[in-house]
Amino acid sequence: MSVPIISVRNLGKSYRLGAALSHDTLRDQLTHSFKSLARAFRGGNGTGSDNPNDPQEFWALKDVSFDVFSGDVVGVVGRNGAGKSTLLKILSQITEPSTGEICIKGKMASLLEVGTGFHPELTGRENIFLNGAILGMTKAEIKKKFDEIVDFAEVEKLIDTPVKRYSGGMYVRLAFAVAAHLDPDILLVDEVLAVGDASFQNKCMTKMDNVATQQGRTVLFVSHNMAAVQRLCTKGIFIEAGRLREHGPIARVLDLYQRSFDRSETDPAQMGELKSGQARFVSWELAHSTTGCQHSCFTREECEFVITLASRIQLDDAGISFMLLNAEGDLVVSANSVINRMPRFKIPEGVHQIRVKVRLPIKAGLYQIDMRLNSLSKGQVEGCCLEPKLHVLPSGTHQAEKWQGLVTEEVQFQTSFL
Amino acid sequence: MTEKPPTTIAYDRVIRPRRGLVAINFQELWQYRELFWFLAWRDILLRYKQTYLGVAWAILQPFLTMVVITLIFGVLAELPSGGVPYAVMTLAGILPWYFFSNAMTESSNSLVASSRMISKIYFPRLIIPGSAVISGTLDFVVGFLMLLLIMLYYGVPLTPHLLLLPVFLLVAFLTAFAAGLWFSALNVRYRDIKYVVPFITRMGFYVSSVVFSTQWVHEKLAAKGLSQWLFVYCLNPMVGVIDGFRWCILGPQFEPYWPGFFTSLGVVLALLISGAFYFRSTEKTFADII
Repeated sequence: MSVPIISVRNLGKSYRLGAALSHDTLRDQLTHSFKSLARAFRGGNGTGSDNPNDPQEFWALKDVSFDVFSGDVVGVVGRNGAGKSTLLKILSQITEPSTGEICIKGKMASLLEVGTGFHPELTGRENIFLNGAILGMTKAEIKKKFDEIVDFAEVEKLIDTPVKRYSGGMYVRLAFAVAAHLDPDILLVDEVLAVGDASFQNKCMTKMDNVATQQGRTVLFVSHNMAAVQRLCTKGIFIEAGRLREHGPIARVLDLYQRSFDRSETDPAQMGELKSGQARFVSWELAHSTTGCQHSCFTREECEFVITLASRIQLDDAGISFMLLNAEGDLVVSANSVINRMPRFKIPEGVHQIRVKVRLPIKAGLYQIDMRLNSLSKGQVEGCCLEPKLHVLPSGTHQAEKWQGLVTEEVQFQTSFL
Repeated sequence: MTEKPPTTIAYDRVIRPRRGLVAINFQELWQYRELFWFLAWRDILLRYKQTYLGVAWAILQPFLTMVVITLIFGVLAELPSGGVPYAVMTLAGILPWYFFSNAMTESSNSLVASSRMISKIYFPRLIIPGSAVISGTLDFVVGFLMLLLIMLYYGVPLTPHLLLLPVFLLVAFLTAFAAGLWFSALNVRYRDIKYVVPFITRMGFYVSSVVFSTQWVHEKLAAKGLSQWLFVYCLNPMVGVIDGFRWCILGPQFEPYWPGFFTSLGVVLALLISGAFYFRSTEKTFADII
């Protein structure tokens, strides 16, 4: 057996809640210093951060150990806030671990967002060089790959135009193109594939596939897109609440990850975390799935969302709203039970399932589901983005390419010559 | 799974928590030298993008300042100017001062201005305040050409001392960089710095012998029997830089007060080294709190 190319041992990262934020001015810092000085004189323990059970201390990652071998393509999965991004940030040296050790062999590049350091006033050409340098390419390397990058991004004509005049799609294409031509031994990627239109996304996936399988690169890939993880990765890491839950072949990890959603749905323990007077959307899935995945659907398909709600209160006059936001954060679909003149409904305390039926004639891509629960007497009770994101796939028929916009459906349209 | 990895292969990079003072990793800085130049190049490109007058601003600002200062302090207040036209004397002070105050301001704001980059990608953070310092050099060169033209107009001769000018420019660089290291790192945590820096540049203009010469200060202090305070006055590194500029450009009557100059040089070096250590020791938290 070969030696690991990345070896992570007992990795931990803690943040002090609130403390770091409240010291934004020198005055606060000085007051704090005086207070802790006074405490020290009284024999207390200094700043308090030495105390391992400090309630203000939050471990974003704790006791994480794993090895990655050369050529592995590792999918990192877990819910929002589980610590996936923190792990990538530590691996890419953006932030420092609080405990543990990581050993890395080879040249590493990280891609936590596309277009880091892009400046709107600079031209496409200038941004390629700048962004390339930021990502760790040398000038000679960028020069060599320049034509390839421009070609991949399909921006030949506008290469000497400031990128602020680019359309959103072109901007993102150019940004991804630079990143896609990196040549490291190890590549860290954080959910950047959800960019551009369907055809460009496909191109990106092919490129990633190429990088991973053909060129034998080692890749760590954080994503909520289960289809992409399944397609690209050979191994997986599942992180839950800052701890490593599972590490191994991708099928086993994904299976466990999917089941963790099922578990939390039926798990009355979900209620345990809730304080009285609170309600929370716990999870969602599609009642009937034609795509084979409970979190994805085809465009224009009628979908029935089953959303699990845990509530510590009884609501007599509840209304809900359901919104979908695309990767750019635009509100694409919005439905509201009150505005749609549906009767307000009654929610007793406990775990319930809410059904939302909606047809989605929207462009393929990842969408965030934003749910709100309100009541006449209490105002907004709960509002959050559900995990995972909804993955809308292009419909299988050739009609898919007929409509180019965000809406993939025929709209009322007339034209006449005057 | 938790046993130590075999130590037979040499790892290129070991990441673990660092404690206490952290030295500068010169080897790594050298690896990233191209990024340093790219960032400086970007700042120069961006400096006058979408302005109508473009790089003419590099001439207009010091020129108009010179006109106003000459009218008030040269013509009305009749401050002495060491045998050269007052306008030339003050411009020889305005240029290095503007260079310094721009460089310090840019450098101090640089980290916060690059917060997105810092939270998304790794590179030696020292590159950011460093490249910000040199981005004002073009302005200085343009302004300096204007100074030469104005000297030609007044018939002020050049002296061989001119060859020493880069030394004083380097001191101005180092002073701005030392301040930039401290302020940019402090600015990440304490946004108080955004009030401190403009205050320093405004006050510094008046206490750094831009509108008068150090010789004049010396005479006034001597007349009041306070000569010992000259040393304190010269602790300001920019006094030495501006005196040095005048000495190189305008002639020996502006020779810097050397004991003060060398002491201030020591102060700058101390600030530079301590700034580098402070920067390196706090940079690990930049991405978390910026």
